[in-house]
Amino acid sequence: MSHIPTPEGLPGIRGLFAFRPETALPLNELVDVLLQGPNSLTPGERELIATYVSAQNDCYYCQTIHGAVAAAHLDGNEELVQKVRLDFANADISQKLKALMVIAGNVQKGGKQVTDQDVAAARREGASDIEIHDTVLIAAAFCMFNRYVDGLATWAPDDAEWYRDRGRKVAEQGYVNATRQYIPTLVGAGEKKIS
Amino acid sequence: MAHIRLPEGIPGILGPMAFSPETAKPLNALAEVLLRGPNTLTPAERELIATYVSSQNDCYFCQSAHGAVAAHHLGGNEKLVREMKLDFESAAISDKLKALLAIAGKVQKGGKQVKSDDIVRARQHGASDKEIHDTVLIAAAFCMYNRYVDGLATRAPDDPGLYRENGRRLAEEGYVNSTDALPVSGSR
Repeated sequence: MSHIPTPEGLPGIRGLFAFRPETALPLNELVDVLLQGPNSLTPGERELIATYVSAQNDCYYCQTIHGAVAAAHLDGNEELVQKVRLDFANADISQKLKALMVIAGNVQKGGKQVTDQDVAAARREGASDIEIHDTVLIAAAFCMFNRYVDGLATWAPDDAEWYRDRGRKVAEQGYVNATRQYIPTLVGAGEKKIS
Repeated sequence: MAHIRLPEGIPGILGPMAFSPETAKPLNALAEVLLRGPNTLTPAERELIATYVSSQNDCYFCQSAHGAVAAHHLGGNEKLVREMKLDFESAAISDKLKALLAIAGKVQKGGKQVKSDDIVRARQHGASDKEIHDTVLIAAAFCMYNRYVDGLATRAPDDPGLYRENGRRLAEEGYVNSTDALPVSGSR
């Protein structure tokens, strides 16, 4: 049972978004920019970083839903997502993404764990400043989302099809739009200025 | 030296925020709602939670910056902020805030560390569902901000006067427009 009463039928972070729409808006705007905004890292790569950090934080809901979004971006390749989660160093991903995963894993342990060597290794594989910046912020943001979801003891479905379906919707529509389907009062970026 | 090329002379989180205004906007909007939005917890109480979590994460810039905002809200009581950071159970704060800080400290260690007993204690001292929710999210958010600041090895000034002035400005003017005047340097 979750630590606070949230609306019935909304699992994971969705119940918390409905409980507190005022914070749901900037949280969804943040993931839209980080995971789906214009970027030289593909949405699939960025979702893999989010999935990996959520797995390291042992957050079942986040690693499963973002794994499903990643798979939706990767032509349904759930096997690759699973491999990245368990052993990214031997997964079929680019050397650059592996180096960024090392940085993300160190951010998960603590900001000061990221070393000059980690950053130099990512640069050698062609990572840009903005890619390193976004990797650090994606990893940091999921240290927030994971704690938010588990710190309030939200419930998570165990039906793989639920995550698959939701993953496809989010991959197609983005986070703010997908969230607005169950919180109609959520006003997206550009429609109303936050004052 | 920071891990990426950030604009010169801009301390702490302000450097990456200037570097990446697209992400600065929701990051500032989140801090504004959590720390200054309408709430039964005072801005000072919420800034104390942010300061405590930042000190547990050993983030010098964040604990100094938010400690200064908290002190400004508390009429300049820097001593209380220091005492709260070192040992909140003995500090001159309400029992409710102590119970909420205990929850925040658990969130800092990991979401699953928050137990039903922690929630019961907070409720016994009058904490509402929304106050518990906001405490968890403030603590979680500072696990993000702290990692963002230290994960990029940003520079933190050590002049307390600078934090004091910045704390006054943030307490009075808020977070949303706090980075608007910074030079934009990154591009996607």
